[in-house]
Amino acid sequence: MTAAPEVLLPASADEAVSLFGDGTSVTVVGGGTIVMPEITYGRLTPTKALLLHRAGLDGVSRSGSTVTVGATTTVAALVGEAAPLGPCAANVADLEIRAQGTVGGNLCAGEGPEAPRGDLQGALLALGATVRSAGAGGITTEPLEEFLPKRSSRLVLDVSFEEPAAGAFAALDRPHAHTYTALAVSAVRTKEGAVRLAATGVGWWGTRLPSAEALAGDHEAAGKAALNDVNLHDDALASAWYRERTLPVLVRRALAQLEEAS
Amino acid sequence: MNLTVNGVEREVESAPLTPLLFVLRDELEIESPKAGCQQGGCGACTVLVDGEPRRSCLTPVVTVEGSQITTVEGLGSAESLAPLQEAFTHHYAAQCGFCTTGMIVAAHAYIEHGGGEDREQIQHALGGHVCRCTGYVKIVDAIAAVARGDSFDLTLTAPSHDMTNVGGAK
Repeated sequence: MTAAPEVLLPASADEAVSLFGDGTSVTVVGGGTIVMPEITYGRLTPTKALLLHRAGLDGVSRSGSTVTVGATTTVAALVGEAAPLGPCAANVADLEIRAQGTVGGNLCAGEGPEAPRGDLQGALLALGATVRSAGAGGITTEPLEEFLPKRSSRLVLDVSFEEPAAGAFAALDRPHAHTYTALAVSAVRTKEGAVRLAATGVGWWGTRLPSAEALAGDHEAAGKAALNDVNLHDDALASAWYRERTLPVLVRRALAQLEEAS
Repeated sequence: MNLTVNGVEREVESAPLTPLLFVLRDELEIESPKAGCQQGGCGACTVLVDGEPRRSCLTPVVTVEGSQITTVEGLGSAESLAPLQEAFTHHYAAQCGFCTTGMIVAAHAYIEHGGGEDREQIQHALGGHVCRCTGYVKIVDAIAAVARGDSFDLTLTAPSHDMTNVGGAK
């Protein structure tokens, strides 16, 4: 091991924001499920590590129909939520890892050595979630879609969304609890009647499927149209060829589930 | 930094970000948690933190300061095995032993939380634990037996000699 990193242990959210600063040279440790192996295997040598376990950033709160999920809320804590978030959370790793991994880490997960990570991104994109984060320029709140490309330089504080009228989640099966999901589609019908669709496994982070949304009334057409919204790739989990054939199927399944749930 | 492991308070000098696994094995010489994949994917390093199964390889030691850490050494001893250790012996659920301690502490939490003998529920609870001897059937048998409240007469099933290694190889 190289020199031990400076360890920062904020006791409040404000302290975490101030210690994070503009994020330069700071490695954020939430649940540790992604960062710790990177350190153990020498792929990451933090100079400063910001540990969030005492920062008071955990917990799910509700105000009217708005749900706010703190950054260090565990994936396990979301399993009981309505679709698509609950079933999506239940599909992450095994129950012990779910009890350790956090929402903030899931949103900020960089691409893994073998495959994309961050399954919750799809469900939260479909929910139209907004992210409150800290970093250069102070605290900002923005749609998850705008947040994801800059996630490596931000400290997530919480993520909020409006409870939908209905939700659905469809994923390719995983061969083992510790395999990332090769492809998943989340669907939401808002209280205003709009349909939102998003996928994970179709790029290096979660992606909205606007062309499919526009044709949501016709499941078959929506499934095909989803291919216009993605830039498919090969990785250790699946080939682009396979993803191209299964994405329309998952879109159809999610829309069928959504129809049933509405 | 002080850690409470198996009810005993221990002082540790490891750096705060060191995985709990290496603090237990290298500094405190508690070697039942195994360094398998060291990236959360095998379950062999699992210990209980305040009664909940946690991957010690993924847990910076500073985050468990003030928590109760339990390894398989804290569940039973060679002289007085815990029910799960008896069941693993009786059902021949330990082969090479590498996954056994992680399986046992995870199964302990499962049963403490009221888990029953339903095989699917046991598989769900232990789904993150890999046994490369593929002894899953007997592992689930053993856990189901304890969940049912079976008692075990080890004079019939266990080797009559050294029992000190039950619950995992060093």
